[in-house]
Amino acid sequence: MSEHHVVPVKTYLTIFGALMVGTVLTVTVAKYNFGSLNVLIALTIASIKATLVILFFMHVYYSSKLTKVVIGAGIFWFAILIIMTITDYRVRQNWHIGLGTVEKPIAANEKQAAPQHSNSMPNGGH
Amino acid sequence: MSEHAEHVPGLAHHFATMEQQKEAGTVGMWVFLVTELMFFGGLFLVYTIFRSTYPEGFEYGSFLLSVPLGLTNTVVLILSSLTMAMGVHSAQTGKQGALQFYLVVTLLLCLAFLGIKSIEYTTKVKDHLFPAYTTYNPVTKEADPTNTHAVPTKIKSEVRTFLWIYFLMTGLHAFHMIVGAGMLVALIWMARKGRFNEHYNSPIEIGGLYWHFVDIVWIFLFPLLYLSGYHLNSGH
Amino acid sequence: MEIAAKNIDAHVEEEESVNYLNATHTVKSWLLTLDHKRIGILYLLSISVFFLIGGIYASLIRLELVTPRGDLLTPETYNRVFTMHGVIMIFFFLIPSIPATLGNFLLPLMLGAKDVAFPRLNLLSWYIFMIGGIMMMYTLLSGGIDTGWTFYPPYSSIYSNSQVTLAGISIFITGFSSILTGLNFMVTIHTMRAPGQTWFRLPLFVWGMYATSLIQILGTPVIAITVLALAFERTLQIGIFDPKLGGDPILFQHMFWFYSHPAVYIMVLPGMGVISEIIASMTRKAIFGYHFVAFSSLAIAVFGFLVWGHHMFTSSQSMYAGMVFSLISFAVAIPSAIKVFNWVATIYKGSVSYDTPMIYALAFLGLFMVGGMTGLFLAALGLDIHLHDTYFVVAHFHYVMVGGQVIAYLGGLHFWWPKMTGRMYSETWGRISAVIIFLGFNLTFFPQFVLGYLGMPRRYHAYVPEFQFLHVLSSAGASVLALGFFVPAIYLTWSLFYGKKATANPWQAYGLEWQTPSPPPTENFTYDPVVTHEAYDFDSVKEISDARAKVAVTA
Repeated sequence: MSEHHVVPVKTYLTIFGALMVGTVLTVTVAKYNFGSLNVLIALTIASIKATLVILFFMHVYYSSKLTKVVIGAGIFWFAILIIMTITDYRVRQNWHIGLGTVEKPIAANEKQAAPQHSNSMPNGGH
Repeated sequence: MSEHAEHVPGLAHHFATMEQQKEAGTVGMWVFLVTELMFFGGLFLVYTIFRSTYPEGFEYGSFLLSVPLGLTNTVVLILSSLTMAMGVHSAQTGKQGALQFYLVVTLLLCLAFLGIKSIEYTTKVKDHLFPAYTTYNPVTKEADPTNTHAVPTKIKSEVRTFLWIYFLMTGLHAFHMIVGAGMLVALIWMARKGRFNEHYNSPIEIGGLYWHFVDIVWIFLFPLLYLSGYHLNSGH
Repeated sequence: MEIAAKNIDAHVEEEESVNYLNATHTVKSWLLTLDHKRIGILYLLSISVFFLIGGIYASLIRLELVTPRGDLLTPETYNRVFTMHGVIMIFFFLIPSIPATLGNFLLPLMLGAKDVAFPRLNLLSWYIFMIGGIMMMYTLLSGGIDTGWTFYPPYSSIYSNSQVTLAGISIFITGFSSILTGLNFMVTIHTMRAPGQTWFRLPLFVWGMYATSLIQILGTPVIAITVLALAFERTLQIGIFDPKLGGDPILFQHMFWFYSHPAVYIMVLPGMGVISEIIASMTRKAIFGYHFVAFSSLAIAVFGFLVWGHHMFTSSQSMYAGMVFSLISFAVAIPSAIKVFNWVATIYKGSVSYDTPMIYALAFLGLFMVGGMTGLFLAALGLDIHLHDTYFVVAHFHYVMVGGQVIAYLGGLHFWWPKMTGRMYSETWGRISAVIIFLGFNLTFFPQFVLGYLGMPRRYHAYVPEFQFLHVLSSAGASVLALGFFVPAIYLTWSLFYGKKATANPWQAYGLEWQTPSPPPTENFTYDPVVTHEAYDFDSVKEISDARAKVAVTA
């Protein structure tokens, strides 16, 4: 479907205003510590702002079904990436214990010399 | 019965109608933006995992970033989205002068954003906070309690994790803005040649889609990177 | 200007008609072409070269493995050899193969369009592919990489002495070629179908290409960012995957396999599309259960994104995540099985002609089934503990990728060879080499199932002497297979100069691509195609050809 629809300037300005309100809101709210809700609140506000940009600045409100399906699919796939990977990390919460003790990592030019290989035995391990 | 279309200005030979060409271009740009979403998505995944693993480091690392500068950049970018949308509107209503004006303003706002970003980056480097292994050497909080760029020793490495995620995400975003700037220059040049009007303006619209996407990424980056530690300002 | 009616089925013996191949002759006209058909040919040439290089590496592997001791290559060299074999075959042959060659050539023809949606982007895709490929060749010549094609850190990010960063950047670049091709195809299929070409009248090859494009678009960006992150890790030691710096090596595996599992479906879905076309045409029956086959392609594309953890069962990934991945991996086999049932049902009571493409299609059915079912073995958590990183896995993926995709690619190449080149190849030699390939392939890879089951680990260049017999069988098979691959190269090239000239529809197949001369003119059709019949309506084929022949063409 074509969009011969010209979005009125008033709409753009209203959306811009809303985005500014959202920005002020997210900064104000961030002054307070709601613990684990912090991220949720920030993401909610950001999502609303993004939705406004998508619907009106990017004209999706007036666009074809195909466009909407493409966007929906993208968001769905992004969600798969995050959610399914998180399922692994939710259970392995302590994967980082004992790590992060920063010794000097082996830099690329300081490898140990390649071990002498022997022809007589099958090599074990990588 | 086929009829060879009389040469419609701007209609490529393999499309039957302008309608089809415009639809193809628009769908094509949206599909491209979906690939960009998945591209940035990998970094958002990385952010999610490391933030939930090192919450303190992220809080403090975020506290090290300048909210005023980040906020300014946010306003600048959202404003540039408005001017880009106004540019599309001007093209759709055939206002050549306004079109060029809005495109130039968008470009200037883009450059302003990049300028502020480079100030932020150079500040980090100066404070020995650039997180490559050889350059990360922050002043510790224990050594200099009053220094606003000092880092508590306990979370030094966690803050470093935050910082490289910050640099990767904002760096990739800035790269996309540079590409966007190039695109704007191309559009301005074509607009000056009078290529766009009420009937043919899809490059502006499609370019606008890209621009708004870059804005949306920042809309998420700002709170996630800059505001996570903002509450530390008051009574940490 | 008016051109008189042309009977496109007539043998063109006298003058050479103007077609996309001979319309212009300069090198520049080929290198700057915007014609999707020429771009398909450019890709065909490029990937053939990469296939040869990958094949040379394969030969080195099989040569080394004839004897239990590591006596041909040092361990370090062997590591580089199997890594380069994998990287080149996967990224520079299999992933582009059918989409970039047959897909590029056929998609607009099958849709009744003049070109793809973005011809310049299409050419750019090829150049990006070539740049990535040349970069990979340079990587090869400056020592290659020894990490395995899977690039797992911390070996790849810290300890490996090889050209990891360079290889990573090369893959990053090549990935964009894949993304742009997928983007182009998806938009073309959505917006450039001819009048009457509804979704359910599309050839199943198009459905296969659509599903493939879906994966290319949604998955490739993730490996792009993964390789980028790996490059930063290696050069700047930022600590994303390095445990000492607070990073997680398993994160790399998650991000890597999020793309690389769906990638295997990029590698097989186009092949399935080809098989649908060949079977329909050579049994002169519509594909049984068209809707099921079409939706199965989509299902494979979607479900394929939900199973990547089955590559990580032994990685210390959470057991519960493993169970979810295992269950869904079983589910993803279902749409593939549905397709196999439908193909077999199509052949049943069909009028089968055993031309070369059909032989390849039949080979595909058997080999893909073995490959697919052994995938189920590996999807079972408990079994995989024992089979992971053994030759069982190697055999499994070669059955699906070579026995599946490469066989389908060769079948498709033969099936559409008359259309692409205007020449018929030698049917005798075609059949002979198909059989040689089938026999050689099985001899090479079936023993590897047994080897893996008995415990032979993969990526080892030396092994216990008890395994030698099976390895010798496998290497012998590899020689036969190599011969089998060379023979088509010879007779196909020969046919370009001396082959019988092809008519527009030598197989009397259904499809818009057969309703235009062989080879097609640059603009694909000299009329505006309109589709009025359902897919695979073979009864209508003669009727359509006759109608076309009567149409007067005006310029």
